[in-house]
Amino acid sequence: MDYHAENFRRRTRYTFVFILLAAAFIIITILNINTGNVHIPVERILQIIFTKTGSRDELNIIWKIRLPRILMAAILGGALSLSGFLLQTFFENPIAGPFVLGISSGAKMVVALVMIYFIGHFGKASSYTLIIAAFIGSLMSTAFILACSRVVKAMAGLLVAGIMIGYICSAVTELVITFAEDQDIVNLHGWSQGSFSGMNWGNVYIALAVVGVTVALTFMLSKPISAFQLGEAYAQSMGVNVKAFRICLIMLSSILSATVTAFAGPISFVGIAVPFLMKRAMNTSRPLVIIPATFLGGAVFCMMCDLIARMAFAPTELNISTVTSIFGAPVVIFMLVRRQKSR
Amino acid sequence: MADYYFHLDSLTVGYNGKPLISDIGIGINRGEIVTLIGPNGAGKSTILKSITRQLAIVGGKVHFDGKEIREYSYRDLSCKMAVVLTERMRPELMTCHDIVATGRYPYTGRLGILSREDEDKVMEAMRAVHAEELGSRDFNAISDGQRQRVLLARAICQEPDIILLDEPTSFLDIRHKLELLAILRKMAKAKNITVIMSLHEIDLAMKISDRILCIKGDHIFKEGTPDEVFEEELIRELYSIDNGFFDPLFGSIELPKPGKKNVGQEAAQRKDTENAAGEQEAKTLVLSSCGSGIPVYRRLQKENVPFIAGVLYKNDMDYRLARLLADRVITEEPFEELSGRAIKEALEAVEACDRVIDAGVVIGTANRGMEKILAAARAAGKLETIS
Repeated sequence: MDYHAENFRRRTRYTFVFILLAAAFIIITILNINTGNVHIPVERILQIIFTKTGSRDELNIIWKIRLPRILMAAILGGALSLSGFLLQTFFENPIAGPFVLGISSGAKMVVALVMIYFIGHFGKASSYTLIIAAFIGSLMSTAFILACSRVVKAMAGLLVAGIMIGYICSAVTELVITFAEDQDIVNLHGWSQGSFSGMNWGNVYIALAVVGVTVALTFMLSKPISAFQLGEAYAQSMGVNVKAFRICLIMLSSILSATVTAFAGPISFVGIAVPFLMKRAMNTSRPLVIIPATFLGGAVFCMMCDLIARMAFAPTELNISTVTSIFGAPVVIFMLVRRQKSR
Repeated sequence: MADYYFHLDSLTVGYNGKPLISDIGIGINRGEIVTLIGPNGAGKSTILKSITRQLAIVGGKVHFDGKEIREYSYRDLSCKMAVVLTERMRPELMTCHDIVATGRYPYTGRLGILSREDEDKVMEAMRAVHAEELGSRDFNAISDGQRQRVLLARAICQEPDIILLDEPTSFLDIRHKLELLAILRKMAKAKNITVIMSLHEIDLAMKISDRILCIKGDHIFKEGTPDEVFEEELIRELYSIDNGFFDPLFGSIELPKPGKKNVGQEAAQRKDTENAAGEQEAKTLVLSSCGSGIPVYRRLQKENVPFIAGVLYKNDMDYRLARLLADRVITEEPFEELSGRAIKEALEAVEACDRVIDAGVVIGTANRGMEKILAAARAAGKLETIS
């Protein structure tokens, strides 16, 4: 068996999948920009994006509405998928994700509380405040799940605990929204269901900065992540400081899912479905490949779902979670069935 | 003691600071194979996990290559110590080659990309465990025996000075047990790698180890070379065997004598009611020599028929088993002519028994007396001959 031939075969596959993803990214971006209430043909899109010239209305639609929204869907979709991948590594189980473990809902609850308080007292809440609030909420849910995991060893039990905490947090969120002032409700209602609408360039820059740094740090951790895939004991025997590493994993995944929740609300199933699909597509679980692939795949997946959310019943817009669930949940079920079969 | 390469100094191990086994002391040289044996749950894994720092050490010290083990950083330790654990790992989409390659972890750069040299070492490790052909197979799709070999290759590829294995032979059939231990032994001696492992199979432990550590209860029951440790009584006591035997010479394990009711716990409960009636008197005599009796003893044992064995020289291999399985053995000192006493005893046995089995007696100048015994049995119409 010649390993150099094998390596070549693998790299060819990785390259092929990356090219496909990049192509899908470009196509969906263009599709996303040219569809909507106002149809803009492709050549004018390119002209407007690259030269910033053209009719005023079209310029505004593209630069102020559609482009920030599509970029946000890409950044947050990637962040969400990667957050799922990190949680799966942490729990050594492919069915872990920020949504099913109640982490997104915890973030949502704290963001809702903070938003109402800040809007009530200061009239507005900054993106940073919301990210920090979401981060605290994520950590609270994570801490709860970790406390459960000391007693409940089976993943199924943990998932139930996660789903329950998700329900509790959602109930609290609904409660505060019900009693919130009118002007808050308009803001909160769409957001608490998950949506990419109403993004501006300020949001894009902040999200890009936070997610960019976190993704870069995650990528630098790909070596210990690969060790951790063999289990905690082996990771330690390979020289990984397991305790410190576990804290890093939780922090990074919480920052990622918190950013998503702060801007777009809770989005379901992306965190589980995308890493799974990427591992199958690449036929490997090597973090060095899977981390960028998951990010890119998550971006494409969410952009596609956002396009469907906008267009399927236009002018009525769907929640982003409605669409991601329709595509993501069957993948998760398929995964469960397959796992059971292979045992 | 300080000269030893690896040295446990009144080590106490346990969970959450609670001592389970205390005062463990042993010095180990480079290239030695040390095996931990003892009943299930005795704490073999606990000791191994404490040495690998998976568990916090409760008390005492582990000296290793001139330093206390807790003074090593995890990274430095990983260049010196590799492990093969019992936990089943189920990695996703990883080939055996990928698994072995993880052994290079301490030596690769920031992103863990293998260099040409690393690749060569991976191949070399796979060759050492005869797993070259497994390279591109999915790790989850191979057999247990192959899996253990791949994991051992992973450990070898880490280029450690010491390898710890927790029950490496657990799921393996006999062929793969032998294969794995043979590889370990070759590796330990050729590369001067110290091996510390736990084993269930005491017969194999005896044959592969340089030193044995017996663990029972909260202390080290016995420590020493296989010759010192594998005493019949010691092994029976270590494993609390009351329903069988261990023969240290062959390292074989035997079931209890036939026709006896005192088999473990059941017997203890029944003793009151059935008492002496439960024990049958031996009504079968087996005549044999030079190993021809062994299959007959085994058959009688399975049929639960108690028997008398005779006339056996004390250096006959039949004697080693007869001593454990026969109700009574009629013996003669080695290389002596059969004495009148032995012949008389045997003739009495022929008289008392219902069956006399000739399992194939080889008759030479020293044991001419056997002819007389066989003739008596034939005359009484009790002789059955097995050829």
